[in-house]
Amino acid sequence: MKLRFDKWLATGTPWIWLNAGAVAISIIMVIGLLLLLTVRGMHHFWPKDVMQAYYSPPVNSAERLTTQVIGEFVESESVISQQIASSGIPVDEAQEFYERQLMKLGNRDLTGADFSWVLTDFIAEIEYPEHLVVLERREWGNFYGFLQAVRENDDTVISVDYRDQSDTEAQNQAWQEFTARLERAQVLHAEIYRIENQEIGEINYGVERLRLQLRRLQLDGRDTDAATAEINAQQAALEAEYAALQENLLNLYDQINRDTAIFMAANEREGEIEFADIVRAYRPNGMNLWAKAAGYLAKLGEFLTDEPREANTEGGIFPAIFGTVMMVLLMSVFVTPFGVVAAVYLREYARQGFLTRVIRIAVNNLAGVPSVVYGVFGLGFFIYIIGGEIDQLFYPEALPAPTFGTPGLLWASITLALLTVPVVIVATEEGLARIPRSVREGSLALGATQFETLWRVVLPMASPAMMTGLILAVARAAGEVAPLMLVGVVKLAPALPLDGNYPYLHLEQKFMHLGFHIYDVGFQSPNIEAARPLVFATALLLVIIIALLNFSAVALRNHLREKYKSLDV
Amino acid sequence: MAIEPNQGQAQDAGLESSPVLNMASSRLQFRRKLRHFTDRAAKLAIAVGGIGVIVAILLIFLYLFYEVIPLFKAASVEKLNQYQLQGADQSPTLHLAIEEQSEIGMRLDQSGTFLFFTIADGATVSEIDVALPAATTITAFTIDTEESGIVALGLSNGEVVIADYGYSISYAQTDNSRTITPVVSYPFGTEPYQLFAGQAVTALALRTRGESMLLAGSNSAGQGSLVRMSKQTSLFAAFNAAGDVNSFETTVANIPLSVSGTTQMFIEGDQRWLYFVAANGLIRILDMQAALNNQAFQFEIEMFLTEDGVRPTRISFLLGGISLLVADDNGVVAQWFLIRDGQQTRLQRVREFSLAEDPIAALAPEQRRKNFVTANAAGEVAIYNSTAHRQVLSERLLESRPLAMAISPRGDALLIESADGIGAWHVANEHPEVSWQALWDKVWYESYEEPEYIWQSSAATTEFEPKYSFVPLAFGTLKAAFYAMLVAAPLAICGAIFTGYFMAPAMRRKVKPLIELMGALPTVVLGFLAGLWLAPFVEKNLLGIFNILIILPIAILLASFLWMQLPHNWRHRIPEGWEAGILIPVILLFGYLSFALATPLEHIFFNGDLRFYISNDLGITYDQRNAMVVGFAMGFAVIPNIFSIAEDAIFTVPRHLTYGSLALGATPWQSLYRVVLPTASPGIFSALMIGMGRAVGETMIVLMATGNTPIMDINIFEGMRTLAANIAVEIPESEVSSTHYRILFLAALVLFMFTFAVNTIAEIVRQRLRGKYSTI
Repeated sequence: MKLRFDKWLATGTPWIWLNAGAVAISIIMVIGLLLLLTVRGMHHFWPKDVMQAYYSPPVNSAERLTTQVIGEFVESESVISQQIASSGIPVDEAQEFYERQLMKLGNRDLTGADFSWVLTDFIAEIEYPEHLVVLERREWGNFYGFLQAVRENDDTVISVDYRDQSDTEAQNQAWQEFTARLERAQVLHAEIYRIENQEIGEINYGVERLRLQLRRLQLDGRDTDAATAEINAQQAALEAEYAALQENLLNLYDQINRDTAIFMAANEREGEIEFADIVRAYRPNGMNLWAKAAGYLAKLGEFLTDEPREANTEGGIFPAIFGTVMMVLLMSVFVTPFGVVAAVYLREYARQGFLTRVIRIAVNNLAGVPSVVYGVFGLGFFIYIIGGEIDQLFYPEALPAPTFGTPGLLWASITLALLTVPVVIVATEEGLARIPRSVREGSLALGATQFETLWRVVLPMASPAMMTGLILAVARAAGEVAPLMLVGVVKLAPALPLDGNYPYLHLEQKFMHLGFHIYDVGFQSPNIEAARPLVFATALLLVIIIALLNFSAVALRNHLREKYKSLDV
Repeated sequence: MAIEPNQGQAQDAGLESSPVLNMASSRLQFRRKLRHFTDRAAKLAIAVGGIGVIVAILLIFLYLFYEVIPLFKAASVEKLNQYQLQGADQSPTLHLAIEEQSEIGMRLDQSGTFLFFTIADGATVSEIDVALPAATTITAFTIDTEESGIVALGLSNGEVVIADYGYSISYAQTDNSRTITPVVSYPFGTEPYQLFAGQAVTALALRTRGESMLLAGSNSAGQGSLVRMSKQTSLFAAFNAAGDVNSFETTVANIPLSVSGTTQMFIEGDQRWLYFVAANGLIRILDMQAALNNQAFQFEIEMFLTEDGVRPTRISFLLGGISLLVADDNGVVAQWFLIRDGQQTRLQRVREFSLAEDPIAALAPEQRRKNFVTANAAGEVAIYNSTAHRQVLSERLLESRPLAMAISPRGDALLIESADGIGAWHVANEHPEVSWQALWDKVWYESYEEPEYIWQSSAATTEFEPKYSFVPLAFGTLKAAFYAMLVAAPLAICGAIFTGYFMAPAMRRKVKPLIELMGALPTVVLGFLAGLWLAPFVEKNLLGIFNILIILPIAILLASFLWMQLPHNWRHRIPEGWEAGILIPVILLFGYLSFALATPLEHIFFNGDLRFYISNDLGITYDQRNAMVVGFAMGFAVIPNIFSIAEDAIFTVPRHLTYGSLALGATPWQSLYRVVLPTASPGIFSALMIGMGRAVGETMIVLMATGNTPIMDINIFEGMRTLAANIAVEIPESEVSSTHYRILFLAALVLFMFTFAVNTIAEIVRQRLRGKYSTI
């Protein structure tokens, strides 16, 4: 039963298979992309083993320069020898390819660069010493080295010979001393952070409000001596409070700066590290699977709940998550009523005819208008025109510094609401159209008015469709970046838009956003190698959020269809 | 739709109290009224809200227009006043100028007196005489730039006086009111500089830069002289209380060539070229650097600026000192500039502006923009922008021949002196830089060898000529969209055909949400992957990518052929419509092979690395973030849009059409090709249109996956800048309501209209198709 080639061609099967190939390629691309994001985004938090080795690349044909490298393996690739030779390493060009690997060497304060490419062929004596310590620091990135001594006020408390790796007991003893003191320092640091960011922040906010109050009084011509004196008194009270806090803070700083630790980095370079500077310390080579898993979860938790450090290349992305959520919530508040009202008008009240058809096409097409156009509109119309007017009318005391006449949370939400309102209109209309006439007629026949029919019968039945529309709108808004770049996101917002200072919700504030975070850290960051894994993780998080939103919308839609199938008959 | 008050409810209400229905009870009446009122109110509210939302959406379009329209408005002038200045009849005007705030005007006359007066009414503010040596008269005058206010006065005894007029501004403590006080100073010393021994200076040119100065002059005997002075500030200046701490280092070059007949001289902005212009339009150009270093004394260029019989009337530099504006007695202003053409330098007549036949009597360039004002003998005044080649104003403002003219630094005030005295006008000329030609045609920008399309909106210096050509941006937009469609169209449409017509329903239910998810992926994630992962990957595996394009189709066909060779019972284990599933492992395998094969192939054919080979051996520029990367990334983003609409069109083709075709003996492929596709083709077309619209407006992917350089090159290995990315990059930095800002709004409007038009066509086509299906 062999099929002949020409007959096979004549059946048209090959073309069908080619079309099937297109589907298969699309599927592979989507799944591949999701896998890529997952793998790259998730593995960053795993505590990796740290390698110690000797690297001796040739300097010229005879000599070699040997250095010690301590660091994490990142990735490897093979490169043609020509390219390596042209970068200044005289390798043997007879061997066509060389493998090279990217190592994260850390210790940026000592060596200047924390990543380095090394040629695999010239690495020797690879070891994974059990007591090698990784320090995550608030500044200068990671540090890799061996613990040598712990000091208190310049007196050595405990010291250990880092070369004697076999003396586990001494090493562990020193490590325990170190971790105990680290815990103390971290408690102190949390206290300092609370005072600096919350209490002093509140005072600063209060002082600024008083200044504006005074200015306002001056502008209105009501700056009587009594009023001025009262404001000055309040200001003095705040300043006294500030002085007290400042003293407290100095005291805490003294305490936290008490301890330092001496570490030996690669190539016998000694580094003295303050405990105040350490975020986390661990010895990955000595950790078992459970310890590593715990470390993984801790780092993942930090990523989700902490603030960014080091120009957004380390730490967490909490402000970005928070900003995205706030923006999307506010947008929902704007988009839902307006979208639903417009859809109800178009479907239930307007006379169906040429005009409604044109409007429907126009609304549909607005969903296809480039998002950056909405951004331009938001910037020009909302911010410069409306925001400028609001400032003139309500915030003259702050001028020339703009309050609402500058990009901010409110304008970003409204701009995105405008961008997504077609989505809500289309989805709601679809839901309304699916409700059979008979249901409405039944209600009307029982004597309900049109509004009662709408309110008691039609809208409840269409509510899943509205939800679908809203979810799709939220999913679209969460992923949009281009318009937000113009109307309110920043790379680093000093404060969250929601806090404990009156009026609690700061609509005029700029905010951080997951999507913009990806763009900014991925493309504007000074240390792209260090930032890359975090960007992958952020991208993964954004994709997961959006995928969940979309799937729930699809599920709702299907549920809705099932529900009304019976009504159709 | 009027509904009678409803009896059911009334009964309910009535039953409790009495068995008799009382429809007219006051409570029920009130309730009826309330219900009626609520209904009416709701109807009104919904109508207002609904129409409001729709209007708000349309407002976007109107607002964009509102921001763009001022770009194309012509300038307008409004007369402020006309007056006679004090002493204006005693000595003719050498120079007229206006100060920054357009409050004070300055007139320098032939006797060496600076007269400062208010623009509003001509009242004298102050009068300052330049100290001239005894028994001399001014025979030549030049000004460095209006911005610097440094003038040189050539005297009848061969000496030159250099003076600087300016204004000091002070604010009153009490009410913050502004006082502007005119000042005249002598930055290069009060002593006249001896340029020629005895003969009167007939023409002068002056350029200063910081503390140094270049002065050139010629005399009636046809001799030329060139002086370079730099101020040497003593290191001990602070300790020397005596006062004069400055000394000058002076280099003099006497030009041993005859420059007879010279009436005007100019030093070009870079301080390299010296122009001598004679009354008959003969221009001679000398390389000053060479002359000052005693290298060569010969004219680089000697030519006529005007045709035979036409004489230049006024000559002036445009802002920046590159372009020379030559006005003649035929009413034409020609713009000339030097072009370096290999080793040769030539003076090129670039464009000309003409209003009427009357000779041009006054010419004034603006100080911040490439604009200039002309006034002809008949009193007609015109304002032009040189780059846009646009006449923004032409109006007869004067009754008699203009004698001198000045335009204010901000371009908002105009002074013209004529026999009737001085007239002052307010000028509204916000956006002269834009014309259809400047946006969409080739423009010959200053110092360029030929007309070109360039987008370069800002630079560090104020003398910069902004280049607002949309062509490179539009080209970049279409290039990106083209490569994206090249990737997306075949994949999406073939995929839609298979999914909509051949695929088993069970698989279709899984595939559709997956593709929808693909459409929901944020573009910033795609852009980030394209820029940081795909771009380096493509660079490293260039040949692998090309291999895939060839190997995969062959592999798919091979798989199909082999599948048909399998015994029946094997084949029937997997039902029809699951071909795509079978192909996934095949594609993965051959995809891997494509990359694995690349290394040996590169070794054999391309010296080991295709990327190296392309840039080194073929000489083709290769950017890491290029059109190919954008094509893949944006193609990925566009596939779901095209796919879902095309699939919808194919899937909804009425089944009885295909059943009929199959019953008549056609193979599935034949029924698809001859029946389904022709029916669904409008839907596929509209899918492509919508995909195109999306690709044109996409911002983040292009922003992140290209270098964003506005170049015009079809090369797949180079980047581009698109309209959308350009807006995102530039609008946060542009000043509100400036020309640049409005041009970016224009770009947004262009994008809006393009995508709106494309989508509308697609939507109409789709609706027609739906109508067609319902009638079949």
